[in-house]
Amino acid sequence: MTTMVIIGGGQAGSQAIDTLRREGFAGRLVLIGEEPWLPYQRPPLSKKYLAGEFALERLPFRHRAFYDEHRVELRLGRRAERLEAAERRVTLDDGEIIAYDRLLLCLGAEPRRLACPGAQLSGVHALRSIADVERIRPDLRPGARLVVVGGGYIGLETAATARQMGCEVTVLETADRLMNRVVAPETSAYFAAEHGRHGISIVCGARVERFEGSARVDGVVCAGGERHPADAVIVGVGALPVTRLAQDAGLACDNGITVDEYCATSDPAIFAAGDCANHPSPHYGVRVRLESVDNAFEQAKAAALNMLDRRTVHDRVPWFWSDQFDNKLLICGLSQGHDRRVLRGEPAGRAFSVCYLRNGELIALEAVNHGKDYMAARKLILGRLRPDLGRLADPGIELRDL
Amino acid sequence: MPGVVFIEPGGGRHAVAAPVGVTLMEAARQHGVEGILAQCGGAGACATCHVYVDPAWFDRLPPAEELETGMLETAWEPRANSRLSCQVTLTADLDGLTVTVPARQR
Ligand SMILES: Cc1cc2nc3c(=O)[nH]c(=O)nc-3n(C[C@H](O)[C@H](O)[C@H](O)COP(=O)(O)OP(=O)(O)OC[C@H]3O[C@@H](n4cnc5c(N)ncnc54)[C@H](O)[C@@H]3O)c2cc1C
Ligand code: FES
Repeated sequence: MTTMVIIGGGQAGSQAIDTLRREGFAGRLVLIGEEPWLPYQRPPLSKKYLAGEFALERLPFRHRAFYDEHRVELRLGRRAERLEAAERRVTLDDGEIIAYDRLLLCLGAEPRRLACPGAQLSGVHALRSIADVERIRPDLRPGARLVVVGGGYIGLETAATARQMGCEVTVLETADRLMNRVVAPETSAYFAAEHGRHGISIVCGARVERFEGSARVDGVVCAGGERHPADAVIVGVGALPVTRLAQDAGLACDNGITVDEYCATSDPAIFAAGDCANHPSPHYGVRVRLESVDNAFEQAKAAALNMLDRRTVHDRVPWFWSDQFDNKLLICGLSQGHDRRVLRGEPAGRAFSVCYLRNGELIALEAVNHGKDYMAARKLILGRLRPDLGRLADPGIELRDL
Repeated sequence: MPGVVFIEPGGGRHAVAAPVGVTLMEAARQHGVEGILAQCGGAGACATCHVYVDPAWFDRLPPAEELETGMLETAWEPRANSRLSCQVTLTADLDGLTVTVPARQR
């Protein structure tokens, strides 16, 4: 009997199980996940789950019964310690050895930690898992002073949620604007104003030098000496792919586990998908490593099909969303390398979008509170539309009619 | 617990029971209903939880908000009775609701 083993029970791992069984795989299927929970969704962790508005039972994708019905052997709360690619076997932290015919690595990413003094103090948190939220939530009492380090989407979502929970929130961002790597200046400015309007203090150009406090953090000091008093700190400065297991097994890694367009690693029996995988994007002609639900979902699906010898290229126009207060930011495509930006609509109207073009082709779009533009753009980008710039800039013309 | 029936793309009837307060999408996903991808987990950001609501039930649901309407317009083959299942919260009086999952989500 063929054995398929999946390491990592997150978004990608759970999708792979679904696809393998739906597509008729009848052999042995094992899921190894370090976290004790059934595979669950992470986006609510910085949003409704953090706020306590979303029960723990609603986080998992599927009930346990689903895994039983589909004969999935769950090894939860167990870590894969060693991978021996030549022997095709994995050793778990409790010594169990599992042999596989095909292996899928869905190891995810882990928060980047700051190396500065005081980063180990109690009250300095990262946000990636349910366990992290359980640690953070008691610190978010009304009136508590929270400093969020990092003005990326996780930092900003967390800031918004904490503010709604009654905390006094300061966001420290090194760059000169928020979410600078993913959105246009217009969008940064819009979100800075939204956070400001809700009473969050945003400080750009702030480089954190150290965290102060004796046992527990009580302040954050920036280069230049400015000190921000803090009862708690959340560090959201990006994530790094989890690759150690793969690296130690001799698999090629470079900013993630290197895979080809069929999701195969440098070992043909081993595949990788999700946040941990560095893969080619045929549509854009570049290698990327994406941290998004969409990519984890689609790449895991493609990987599962390839594990079943159904050759499937992972080629997608990626998309992403972020919720901050009552705003929905929707992004599709990759804007890197654009040579022109076109604004549709007015940020003052609270619904607008920014189009990105390269050599006349629409390559990406970010929409603020504008589901229609976003949905239309997903198709247009895929079709490599070369829009008329005048019409593109006219919000009175529907994007899908271009 | 209200019971809901999903007609899957292959024609099969998938009946599920789910607690009041969860969304139609969550009820489907927990039980692995075919064709409800629900990638964004209910954020109203993906339109891969699109369903056609049995016309007898359609008017009994609270109407869609603007974001949902915008997303649906560009979903795969929208109809007058289209909804995003993640925007429909189950209540006791929705017991017996029947929806059809489109052949594709995109
Ligand atoms: C707070 C937060 C908010 C987010 N919000 C959004 C959003 O709004 N929109 C969006 O598109 N994306 C969002 N994301 C990103 C999205 O959640 C990730 O891209 C997605 O979870 C990636 O799935 P994955 O399966 O690759 O990794 P994960 O979901 O991280 O799963 C990896 C799993 O592998 C386990 N693992 C690692 N090593 C081992 C080992 N050796 N043995 C056993 N298990 C192991 C880990 O413990 C983890 O459980 C958010 C992420 C976070 C943290
Ligand atoms: S689950 Fe994404 S829009 Fe409904």
